[in-house]
Amino acid sequence: MSADAATHEGHEGLYEGGIWSWLTTVDHKRIGILYFVTGLIFLLIAGLEGQLIRTQLAQSELRILDPDFYNQLFTMHGTTMVFFAGMPLITAFFNYVVPLQIGARDVAFPRLNAFSYWVLLFAGIFLYSSFAFGGAPDGGWFAYQPLTNPEYSPGLGMDFYILALLLAGVGSIAGGVNFLVTIVNMRAPGMTFMRMPLFTWMTLIVAILILLCFPPFTIGLVFMLFDRSFGTHFFDAAAGADPVLWQHLFWVFGHPAVYILLLPAFGVVSDVIPAFSKKGLFGYPVIVFSGILIAFLGFGVWVHHMFSVGLGPIVNAVFGGATMLIAIPTGIKIFNWIATLWGGQLKFTPAMLFAIGLVGTFTIGGLSGVMHASPPSDLQQTDTYFVVAHFHYVLIGGTVFGLFSGLYYWFPKATGKMMSDSLGAWHFWLTFIALNVTFFPMHFSGLLGMPRRTFTYAEGLGLDTFNLISTVGAFIFTVSFIPLVWNLLKSLRSGPDAGPNPWDAHTLEWTMSSPPPHYNFAVLPQVNRRDPMWHPHVEPGAEPPAGVTLGVEPRLQPEVPPEPVIMPGPSFWPLFLAVGLLIATIGGLGSLPVALVGAAISLVGLFGWAFEPVEGEH
Amino acid sequence: MWSFIGSECMLFGTLIATFLVYRSRNVVGPYPADLLNIPFITVTTFVLLMSSLMMVLALAAVSKGDMKMGKIWLFLTALFGLIFLGGQYYEFSHFVHEGLPLSRNLFSSTFFVLTGTHGAHVAGGVLWLSTLLVRAQMGKLDEKNAETVEIAGLYWHFVDVVWIVLFTLIYLLV
Amino acid sequence: MSHDATAHEHPSNRFYVLIAVVLAVLTALEVAVFYVEAMAPILLPVLMVMMVAKFALVVMFFMHLKFDSKVLTIVFVWGLFIAVCIILALMAVSGKFS
Repeated sequence: MSADAATHEGHEGLYEGGIWSWLTTVDHKRIGILYFVTGLIFLLIAGLEGQLIRTQLAQSELRILDPDFYNQLFTMHGTTMVFFAGMPLITAFFNYVVPLQIGARDVAFPRLNAFSYWVLLFAGIFLYSSFAFGGAPDGGWFAYQPLTNPEYSPGLGMDFYILALLLAGVGSIAGGVNFLVTIVNMRAPGMTFMRMPLFTWMTLIVAILILLCFPPFTIGLVFMLFDRSFGTHFFDAAAGADPVLWQHLFWVFGHPAVYILLLPAFGVVSDVIPAFSKKGLFGYPVIVFSGILIAFLGFGVWVHHMFSVGLGPIVNAVFGGATMLIAIPTGIKIFNWIATLWGGQLKFTPAMLFAIGLVGTFTIGGLSGVMHASPPSDLQQTDTYFVVAHFHYVLIGGTVFGLFSGLYYWFPKATGKMMSDSLGAWHFWLTFIALNVTFFPMHFSGLLGMPRRTFTYAEGLGLDTFNLISTVGAFIFTVSFIPLVWNLLKSLRSGPDAGPNPWDAHTLEWTMSSPPPHYNFAVLPQVNRRDPMWHPHVEPGAEPPAGVTLGVEPRLQPEVPPEPVIMPGPSFWPLFLAVGLLIATIGGLGSLPVALVGAAISLVGLFGWAFEPVEGEH
Repeated sequence: MWSFIGSECMLFGTLIATFLVYRSRNVVGPYPADLLNIPFITVTTFVLLMSSLMMVLALAAVSKGDMKMGKIWLFLTALFGLIFLGGQYYEFSHFVHEGLPLSRNLFSSTFFVLTGTHGAHVAGGVLWLSTLLVRAQMGKLDEKNAETVEIAGLYWHFVDVVWIVLFTLIYLLV
Repeated sequence: MSHDATAHEHPSNRFYVLIAVVLAVLTALEVAVFYVEAMAPILLPVLMVMMVAKFALVVMFFMHLKFDSKVLTIVFVWGLFIAVCIILALMAVSGKFS
């Protein structure tokens, strides 16, 4: 964080100022950077947990890790990856990119945005503090009942899980409102819905998904919290309740959550592929509508995670059919990307490599997904390593590749520095090889019947070779982060200057200097085209011919705003409120006084927030 | 605000779904029919409905710049909300007294958490309205920021709408 | 938060009072129906219709949804629709209708 600040000094004081200015910032670009650094650190932590899991499984009958600790590791690996690595990283891109892409000076509710970040950070730290207080959660990232009721999970671990995710959920819902309203209300003149860049479109859809799918999960967590702390009976079969209800509530959230992680990656790719093919996106409206369709169908497929529960053939058939339907819009997207590549002037930058890598590896994950959309084959595959292979292909081959692609694509915009292409290529190929070496063999170990979440396996089942290969792959994965981190640090220190539009890309964020000034747009742009920077097409740096209607006016933002720009001033109330909520959450572990103190602080924070004047002049 | 309300729909939708699914699955008493006091709850329901009327009148007054009436209507809205909460407090303590603490059975679990969540929303709404009242008292609220009142109003009406549904589903369809 | 307060005409105070009276009457009817023995067989549909009517009245007129922007309406209706679907689906899979 302070390293970042130091690097950017001198650019109109944008990244100047000490820690305090970062703690009180409401600038979407700074918040985006905070999200990114946080997400990357959690990605590394959770990656190391995965590495430990693979080490334990390298050979049969190993005892490197204690079985209890193993349970904690896979729970924390999954929970962290979804909530504290995946979500923050996609939110980092929402924050940094969306206002720039739609021609806005900030998000609709800048202070709420800062609040979302602090809450997420605190939730992550709170979750990890559980290691120091009697053990981390160990009930799996989906925390099935009755395994997680007080009888079978007596320690504090699951309470940490419940409370951390409740806290993170508050931040996510606030973020969802924020981005939805930003995109609906704050687009520049001429930026109609059907001119929005694809990444913004997918953000819009994801914001709606977040709003609609987090509440059922929140309620499920509240039920579980009440069952554990106050003796209610929401999941207590002896009292007439049905523990399966938790599975319903979890997957009503959990399946759309997969699309929350995936659609932004699709959005990144849909912006990156045209930029490096020098061709407009093939079938733009179709990609938009298939995104909407995926989001819509995503709410009607949750039972495919529960085929083996035994809800009956009709229920399973309906949900299996709905699940297969999702393959159609997804396939449409893949064909559109291929058609965009077709005949383009391809440039294989690291961003492009990851984008093309996504098209290939995600398809593999998608295909195995269609396989277990069919209930009979799912009954064979469920809870085996086949499923593990499937969702890692989807989430790494989809989400992670998309995020890395976005990182290489927008890094020059965010920092004003170019990254090294050769290190980027190393990073891509190592990741690509690691993904396939680790997870492809899991299809076989899964089909051979190796169950997930079991800390070891017996000798002579034909599993040893496949597992050894997977473990080797996991080590390559760890190595693959070296060129990434090295590249980031090196480029921040001594990367060549990027200029406003290093890729000759097509969307609005490339019209201003890199990094953008605090107020983003010196004058609000007038947008006339879907790919504004390409009309009329001129070489980078050259002047467009006179008398032609430009795709965007002005084509390059002036250095100094002609009129003073009113920007929201910094505020420490978001941080204050988040601290209050954190204390209340800690109290939720079993101390009423602490919870009340936290609630009181939060209340003070709310009132301070409500009465603070917002506007400040730049 | 509408987007947040869409989200709240899912929140209450989940709670209602749980309540309905578990409705007849109690294995120990007391059962809903033993305890629910329809005439009493009809009165508090009426109070909450009327608070919505106060709210629209407040908004209408504020957007006309009539801050005097605006303050009165806002105050009445919050007051009616408080009366509703008082009724809920009485109802809860009566139930507990009659042998239905939170941890008694499925009915107690679902009933208290569902209506309690709604009550918490009402309480949040009263707090929100009170910040508006303070701002109005300080002279910082007039027709130029009627939108703030409108947003609070949307929230308030939504909480009322949820109660319309809960009243029918919990109390009348026993 | 999400739209321009001055862009549309709000109805008059008398109109609001009228809506409130209708709401109160509907509530009274609901309770009355509940106490009439003869209505018992059709209690469910009658109550549901009145509940939906009250819901719609408040949303359309008190909350001005009738006068609001399309996109926001879509988000709200989408949320409401999915919530109702999930309620029905959960009841269906737990055998409430069979």
